[in-house]
Amino acid sequence: MSQSGLRADLDIVASWVGEGSRVLDLGCGDGLLLRHLFDSRQATGYGLEIDPEKITQSIANGINVIQSDLDQGLSDFDDQAFDQVIMTQTLQAVQRPRELLLEMVRVGREGIVTFPNFAYYRLRAHLALRGRMPMSGALSYGWYETPNIHLCTIRDFEILCEALSIRILERRVLSNNYQQSFAGNLLPNLLGEIALYRFCQS
Amino acid sequence: MAVPYPADSIGLVSPQTAVFDQPLELDSGHTLPGFELAYETYGTLNADASNAVLVCHALSGTHHAAGYHADDDRKPGWWEACIGPGKPLDTERFFVVCSNNLGGCHGSTGPTSLNPATGQPYGADFPLVTVRDWVRSQALLADHLGIQRWAAVAGGSLGGMQALQWAIDLPERVANVVAIAAAPRLSAQNIAFNEVARQAIRSDPEFHEGRYQQAGDRPRRGLMLARMLGHITYLSEAAMREKFGRDQRGANGDYGYNFDVEFEVESYLRYQGQSFVDRFDANTYLLMTKALDYFDPAAEHGGNLGEALANTQSRYFIASFTSDWRFPPSASREIVRALLDTNKSVSYAEIEADHGHDAFLMPVPRYLESFSAFMHGINTGVAT
Repeated sequence: MSQSGLRADLDIVASWVGEGSRVLDLGCGDGLLLRHLFDSRQATGYGLEIDPEKITQSIANGINVIQSDLDQGLSDFDDQAFDQVIMTQTLQAVQRPRELLLEMVRVGREGIVTFPNFAYYRLRAHLALRGRMPMSGALSYGWYETPNIHLCTIRDFEILCEALSIRILERRVLSNNYQQSFAGNLLPNLLGEIALYRFCQS
Repeated sequence: MAVPYPADSIGLVSPQTAVFDQPLELDSGHTLPGFELAYETYGTLNADASNAVLVCHALSGTHHAAGYHADDDRKPGWWEACIGPGKPLDTERFFVVCSNNLGGCHGSTGPTSLNPATGQPYGADFPLVTVRDWVRSQALLADHLGIQRWAAVAGGSLGGMQALQWAIDLPERVANVVAIAAAPRLSAQNIAFNEVARQAIRSDPEFHEGRYQQAGDRPRRGLMLARMLGHITYLSEAAMREKFGRDQRGANGDYGYNFDVEFEVESYLRYQGQSFVDRFDANTYLLMTKALDYFDPAAEHGGNLGEALANTQSRYFIASFTSDWRFPPSASREIVRALLDTNKSVSYAEIEADHGHDAFLMPVPRYLESFSAFMHGINTGVAT
């Protein structure tokens, strides 16, 4: 936990959001990231969420939340309607991540995503040594019940961005319990557990 | 004596009447020389009148939204699920007001009232009123109660549409809007159902061109049919299957080969229709359905709902129910989309419920939780 009380990855995301930004949070959960952005950055905007209980929590946290299915795209929103479109730990759970990334840069000037890096060394070891589907702190579901249907690695993500003409503006990686480390920056695809990106349409 | 009411009920309530002597100009061009509104209030208005919530009723609703009129009342008010201590419209925090719409038949001036010009009941001569007319008349009620700005205007179905109209017509007087199972306008299918209901009433030989009161008569059959039809559309197919299936009244399950009531669903509909006739006026029913048909705030903005809502100053809570095919989620989403287009503060919940349109009257847990969460976030200023 950081000073803001947010998880370290969300803290970095928050640092990327400018003062007074208009933001859209895809899969906003209980709304605490938006709450933080509203309070500390005077940001405005909406969260989209599909889980009924989380929608109620978001409303209770005083943010604007719209019940939405991200797999239906973002057709409710006009082009470039937001400064930033944020999606934390959700990319791997959507039906069409490629289309959604394009939607993010359509409705937002910038996109921000975070996801668990499937090439993280512990996950590799899990599969290589134990011969079982990898599980970790960031990926805590069994293979038969996981909502994470489109896992990718840091390298995979960057290759896709290039193919989609999405320009990466900034990358950060966190390893071992959401810490930033020198080693993680040196060998991100091996030592990074969580990847964070800020990007735009090139 | 033990209190006969549940602990989360507001309990015994009594209606009041506000009398307005000033003329009221209506959208139709007619002017009412004066009018009365029947209303009820629940809870206590705080010192700076910042905790008042206006509840708008649906087609066949009344000002009796919560509590009981007498110890032996069989049923509480129509929105008992949502109004009372600890409920979404928490009467410990809010001062809740509900009025019978102008043109109604439960105490507000309407077709059954005496026309001062003739000394006879208005009957068919009562002018058609619009949702905007209702807002105009309720604004005078707000003045009468000393409420400059509603903490919220809330309603389901037609009541939700009325809440939207409030925000559009008097933006500075509405801090929050709660529109449940509403729509930006009726669909052709909805208008069609209303037209069948109206024809059922108007073709009843006892309708007498709307002057049935003078004739000492009532179009009972027509009104009953109208209600039976409406009732079918307020329920989902799943709700009817669950409630009645093909259950028959007779124990042996044999067919009678006649037109007596055989299936439970027939019995239910007849009962609903008949009991409605005892408490509702046919001219009011005609007028209310017409007000619904006319509602279309986007129309005067070239069909652009966002423009219609652009000048509103409210925060919004919009909710719909998955099995509601009369005012479906897609209609609520259209409202949400228009609010997003104009950067309004809005939250939207699509509630999983099998009850059809009537779900807005039911204690569906997720509905009450999200509604409560929204109301919790409303600042009511100084406490009493």
